[in-house]
Amino acid sequence: MPAESPTAIGYASAPGLRAVEFLPWALALAVYFAAPTYVPLGAYILIICLFALSLDLVVGYGGIVTLGHSAYFGLGAYVAGVLAVRLEGDPLIGLAVAALAAGLFGLATGAVVLRTSGLALLMLTLAIVSIVFEVANKWTEVTGGADGLNNVPVKPILGVFEFDFHGRTAYLYCLAVLAAGWWLVRTIVCSPFGVALTGARENDERMLAVGAPVYRRRLRAYTISAALAGVAGALLTQTTQFVGLSAVSFELSGEILVMLVLGGTGRLYGAFVGPLAYIVARDYLAKQTPEYWYMGIGVLLVLIVLFARGGILGVIDKWLQLYKQKSSARASAR
Amino acid sequence: MEAFAASLLGIAFHGVAYGMILYAISVGLSVTMGLMGFINLAHGVFAMAGGYLMVTAMAKFGLPWLPALALASAAVGLGSMVLERALYARLYRAGELEQVLFTIGLIFIAVAVARLAYGPLPQAAPLPEYMKGHLEAGGRVFPVYRAVVIGSSAVLIAVLWLGLERTRWGAMVRAAVDNGPMAESVGIDTGRLFTLTFALGSALAAFGGALGADLIAITPTYPFEQLVYFLIVVSIGGLGTLRGPFLGALLIGIGDTACKYWVPQFGSFFIYAATMALLLWRPRGLLGRA
Repeated sequence: MPAESPTAIGYASAPGLRAVEFLPWALALAVYFAAPTYVPLGAYILIICLFALSLDLVVGYGGIVTLGHSAYFGLGAYVAGVLAVRLEGDPLIGLAVAALAAGLFGLATGAVVLRTSGLALLMLTLAIVSIVFEVANKWTEVTGGADGLNNVPVKPILGVFEFDFHGRTAYLYCLAVLAAGWWLVRTIVCSPFGVALTGARENDERMLAVGAPVYRRRLRAYTISAALAGVAGALLTQTTQFVGLSAVSFELSGEILVMLVLGGTGRLYGAFVGPLAYIVARDYLAKQTPEYWYMGIGVLLVLIVLFARGGILGVIDKWLQLYKQKSSARASAR
Repeated sequence: MEAFAASLLGIAFHGVAYGMILYAISVGLSVTMGLMGFINLAHGVFAMAGGYLMVTAMAKFGLPWLPALALASAAVGLGSMVLERALYARLYRAGELEQVLFTIGLIFIAVAVARLAYGPLPQAAPLPEYMKGHLEAGGRVFPVYRAVVIGSSAVLIAVLWLGLERTRWGAMVRAAVDNGPMAESVGIDTGRLFTLTFALGSALAAFGGALGADLIAITPTYPFEQLVYFLIVVSIGGLGTLRGPFLGALLIGIGDTACKYWVPQFGSFFIYAATMALLLWRPRGLLGRA
């Protein structure tokens, strides 16, 4: 993966918050207060943002191309669902257990997957998501099979905040969890560990030569990412009170990768911009004719790969740089 | 015991037929991946296109079965040549992520076009009468269609292997797979070689897709649904060879048929698990080069 603009990676800068980094949160709160009809869709977007963020850690910063990340998302979703149905409906315990389960599964499968590269790696991630899908599909007594689990019971958060019919509690709950996940990933990618991860993405042989344990770093990032994906899956189960096979499908793995790339990989905020643009556009366009929506996404992907690597944020970055160059040229001409 | 032997024979026969189709579709993928190092997830699109074009050729233009099959394969081969020159060739040097995304984009487009043109239901060209019957051999009956699948694929494989071992084109392909830059420096036009090989691989995929339409149903989501199987065949067999995917396709064809016959409650679980184990043991596949 080529590094296009050194400013975008951001590891040279101290992890102090820039003003623009408050923008997503301000926007999210504005939607909550100003547009209540969009709150349920907004909660879904927040969950997918968390999922995309977890994928960015692996794909954008780790440079590991995976088509199987919905395995961890789906595992978290099913763990939270089964736990709530059979034992305990407390949402925070559900999140913790889902994170633990997905993290452990990520550690076990990552230890296997990350030993390979190229086609074998891609194939192994596909095999993992296919296996999880088959288990969810065929282990009907526990997972509900093709019907999924309906009416998953969810207790109030901390015993106080009850999930309401309009999804307002769910929205704030998702926002809080996303903020926590964002803070975690942001801290990781700005830390020396994150810098080493990015170094291995750019040139793993050179990182090995300077003595960095590339495999262990990647495995750690993969495990954290899997746990985060599991949390996102658990959020989906808790807010919709339903978990089904679509949460573990290979198509979801492909779609989340598409969303991340649409926003821009390895930029942290690409994981916010991509799902937002993708899901809002799909909500408007796909209702009439899903065929044209899929064709549009396909054409857009091809165009992004051919002309606009770096996604939406990459293009904005380029325009900003052009604008700065022009204005500084004008200033020096005076 | 008698019943068990009969089921073994049945599984072997149906498994080999399925494996032959998988091979015809995947062999092009293996060679182009080995030749160009390009991760082409959209290979199933060509197989689907073959199936749909054959339906059109028979229903709209009234062609008989065999010419329709040939025409569909040739048309897909030609079309893929244009696609390769116009788009794929720009991405041979790009990163893995770009190639994966680009080919996923192609799949999205193909799925949408197929659904617009043919609707969401499975389509299959009607088989000619002489293929609908059964053959009797040794007191057992075998469907003629599957026997034709096995027979024609066997002929195809023989031609393909002879071509790669005996012709000048085959020697150039082998040279380019072994060492691309060296092949180029002794005067082989690798760009043209890539295009021709790509077209041949796509035409074979179209042939497999159209011939196997009664084994693997042609639906708009075909490229997504079958992708895992094509990739498994290629990755457990090994890239850049003809024998690798043959072994892989037979293993998967027979293994999958056996799993669905004996343990249908587990679906394809064992196939995926076996693939994982195999790739851990040999990341480059059974016959892949180190």
